[in-house]
Parts: sequence; structure tokens; C-alpha cells
Amino acid sequence: MTNVWLHRYAVLWSFCTLFLVVAGGLVTSNDAGLSVPDWPLSYGKLMPPMEGNIFYEHGHRMVATTVGLLTIGMAIWLMRAERRRWLRNLGWTALAAVVTQGVLGGMTVIFLLPKPVSIGHACLAQLFFSTTVAVALFTSKSWSRGPRVVDDAGAPPLHWLALATCVCVFLQLALGASVRHQALGILPHVVGAMIATGMVLWLSVRVLMRQTGHDALRRSALALLFITFLQVFLGIAAYMSRLATAEAPQPMPVMVGFTVAHVAVGALTLASSVVLAIQVFRNVRHPLAEIEPEGFAVPSA
Amino acid sequence: MNKILLSFGIATTVFFTGCGGSKPPETAKEESAAPAAAPTAADDANAATVTGKVSFSGEKPTPRTLDMSANPICARAHAGAPPKSEEVVVNGDGTLKNVFVWVKSGVPDRQWPVPGTPVELAQKGCMYGPHVIGVMAKQNIKIVNGDMTNHNIHPLPKINQEWNESQPPKGEDKLKSFAREEVMITVKCNVHPWMRSYIGVVNHPFFAVTGDDGTFSIKGLPPGKYTLEAWHEKYGPKDVDVTVAPKESKSVDFDFKG
Repeated sequence: MTNVWLHRYAVLWSFCTLFLVVAGGLVTSNDAGLSVPDWPLSYGKLMPPMEGNIFYEHGHRMVATTVGLLTIGMAIWLMRAERRRWLRNLGWTALAAVVTQGVLGGMTVIFLLPKPVSIGHACLAQLFFSTTVAVALFTSKSWSRGPRVVDDAGAPPLHWLALATCVCVFLQLALGASVRHQALGILPHVVGAMIATGMVLWLSVRVLMRQTGHDALRRSALALLFITFLQVFLGIAAYMSRLATAEAPQPMPVMVGFTVAHVAVGALTLASSVVLAIQVFRNVRHPLAEIEPEGFAVPSA
Repeated sequence: MNKILLSFGIATTVFFTGCGGSKPPETAKEESAAPAAAPTAADDANAATVTGKVSFSGEKPTPRTLDMSANPICARAHAGAPPKSEEVVVNGDGTLKNVFVWVKSGVPDRQWPVPGTPVELAQKGCMYGPHVIGVMAKQNIKIVNGDMTNHNIHPLPKINQEWNESQPPKGEDKLKSFAREEVMITVKCNVHPWMRSYIGVVNHPFFAVTGDDGTFSIKGLPPGKYTLEAWHEKYGPKDVDVTVAPKESKSVDFDFKG
């Protein structure tokens, strides 16, 4: 039986986290990361004057605090109301991730934006958002109806393809974060985009062609496909707008808008690849499950 | 599902070992190496002078307007005329302002006296003034906030120590210095992203910044062969070799094309 309010809370948590990703993107794009030079307080206060880039940096901290509180609430709610032990553990894992994320954010301020820490902060944000979406899925009504197991005899196994797609999308997001924080040039990110898009196409088209009658798989594959195409378009737009405004004396709204949208839809791309992978693992029978390893075969009488 | 959780935990651990564990780049220490002989001034009797002009040729760029609407205090300070970027300032006579001219090589290796007077870097109307300054290594820079808003001062050196400090409205002046020669150090304010300033830090006193007439004058130079560099934030550096005899005054001109 599902707890409707727990699911709604999880959905709210996911939306707030996506908003937090947007707020973080605005900090980087506006070069506001060090506009508040102290941490955890801002100018020694809980509420500094929200002028200039302080609005973005302190606003990001305020949204992050809200998400942190929501995460504590989720972990406690899961602990009290959820029977599935693994889901309760996932709540605590999310809490550990959000605390780590806060510490990484503080380190970026105190140590003046060290690239590995800034990139780590950006990558963990993406992983954390995917975790919130997964919890929303696990607490949903559709999940409680149970799996509808189907076979898929194609090669490579759909499970491996789904996992590999998640890994490729995550690595691509890490490359994007490296470009944002000037640790790498654009070329690896462009190559990564081709590989990640290719993997998404391979996985989604295969699911759509072979499992079109399975609602959960078809919807997840369509969502991943649509979001990925949107992401590729936003990536091109962000790059073009950056080139067009390179001479401007300050960040131009068109560049900031496309870049932040690219970051946010990047988070959605990873989350949708994770959702599809979860649906594949749940609903598609693993081909190896049918094979009885020779060494463990029960001898016939 | 426990396997998924375990995988997430391992992935996170591996990720942070790889991405977040390294130290920030090591920066230069503020202290200099062991002190050399006592500071010596140039030999005034034989000192030479290099003067010159930095001209600009080509199409004069239109200065870009700065959007200060994010901070009403900054915007109000320019209510009369919209603030313009100082990235390229071409004077009325076709010369270029804010060019840092310094003797890049050839200066005798001795410890030149560091002036006791600090060079002022003001924040007024949410703009740095002057836009380009030169100081000697270890010479103080007095940073003044004349605005009724918070600023932060964030130099981005590659050799010297990086720092980032806030300065409240009409707050106490800050005295800062850089230990090592570095041409140039970009200074920005992360609160107001349009604010940029550049500091040339040199081991000797032979440098100048062009002003409203695009000229420069470097005095007290010992006779010898030198390389002069003129640096502009958009057009980069240009070098010229020059030889000066005792008491000679020489003219050296630079030209930047737009």
C-alpha cells in the first residue's frame, strides 16, 4: 500500500532539488561563487543584503538549506513509515550526500574555487537529484502495483545497456562540469555528447522497438529520448551564445539562460536514464537468470 | 536493491577520491627569499629617461555600456551618464589609455628601494579607479571603498597568493601587497561582475601607466640595453628593445591596432 503524502513529499523534494541545481548554475554562470567570501555565514550574518551577485550566491545557500531540511524530513519519514529496508537506507544515503554536498560548497568558498572541489560539487548535485527522483518513483502508486516481467533476448543484455547509458551520461555531466570550471576544453565534452547521445539512442530505440507494449518501459524510454534531444539543442545554444557574448564586459542574460537550462536538463537526462535503468532491472528478466551455472547444477537421480 | 545502494556508496567513494581529494593549487608564499644587499637607488648622475607614446590605429571600438541594474546603488552613481567599460579607452588624440609600460628585462639585478607610499585602488561608483595600476613587489596597495555598497576584492594572480576579501560600505581601507613580480594580475569583484582592474607588480621602479594623453615616462634608468613591454588588457603585450647611454633621454613609441 502506498503512502500518497510520502510520494507527494518526494515529488516536492525532487522539484526543490532541481530548483537548487538551477540556483547553483546561476551562481557559476554569473561568476558569483565568491561574491560571499565567508561560509557558513554570509558576511557574518544569516541574511546579508541581497545586492549584485550576493543574490545568486546567498540565494543558492538558502535553497540548499531548504533542500537539506527536506532531506532530513524525508529520511525521518522513511524511517518511520517505510517497510522496505533498502528504501529507508536510501533516505539516509541521500542525507549523507546532501551533507557532503554542503561541505563541498563551503570548501569552494573557503579555498577560492579549487577546480576538483567545484567539479565534485557539481557532479554530486546531479547524483543527488537522481536519488530524489528514484525515491519519488519507489514511493509512487505505479511502483506499488508491482512489476510486469517481460523477456528480452537481445544482445547485449538490456540491463548492461541501461547501466552503461547511466554511466556514460554521468561521465558526460562530469565533463560538462569540468568545462564550466575551466579544467578542460570543450572538445572532450563534445565527444562525450556524441557517445552519450549514441548510448541513449541505442537503449531507447531498442526498448521502443522490442517492449513497446510495456507502459513503464515505453514511457521511460520516450522521456529519456525527448530530454536528451532537448539537452543536445541546449548544449549547442549554450556554446553559441557563449561565443556570441565572449567580448561582453559581464555575463549576458542569453548566455546565462541557455547555460543554466543546459545544466538543469543535464540533471533531468541523468535522472531519466536512472529511471529507465530501474524499470529495466525491475521489469525485464535478466537473460543470465535462466542459465543454471554448470558447477551448481543439481545432479539428476 | 541492496546491491544498488552498495553500488551508489562505492561510486560516491571512488568519485570523491578522484575528484575532491586533491589540494588547491599551491600558491606563492608572501615572504620573499633571503634578503639581498641593502636597497640601492639608481645612480642619479648617469640616469637615463625613456619617454614615449602609445597610439591606437584602426577602427576605434565603441565602448560597451555596463548594466548596473543588479545594484540600484551602483546604478544611481551613474544616473547622469550610463557607465562604460574601460576595456579599451582611446583618447581624443588617438592614443591609448591604461597601457602598462615596464622594463621587462635588462635591469641590473639589485634590490631596488620599495616606496613607502601606497598606491591607491579605489572603488567608486562600482568601478575600480584607476583601471590599471603598477606597484613594486612588496609595495602596499591601499584599497578604498567609497561606495555605499559591499564590494569584494578578488585578485587572480598566478604566482602570488590569491585572496578574496569583502569590504563593507565606507569600510576601513585595506593595505595589501604582492611578494613577487607578476605582470599582470587581474582583480575582480565577484559581487559586481563588470568590475575589473589590473595590477602590474614589478621588482624595480621602472614602469608607468598611460593616461589621458597616452604618454609614459620612465626615469632614473641606469645606462644599458633593455626590453620595454607595453601591455594592454585586450591587445596583449608588445616588446621593443632600447639602449640608453648615461643621461640620455630616448623616445620609444608603441602602436596597437584595433
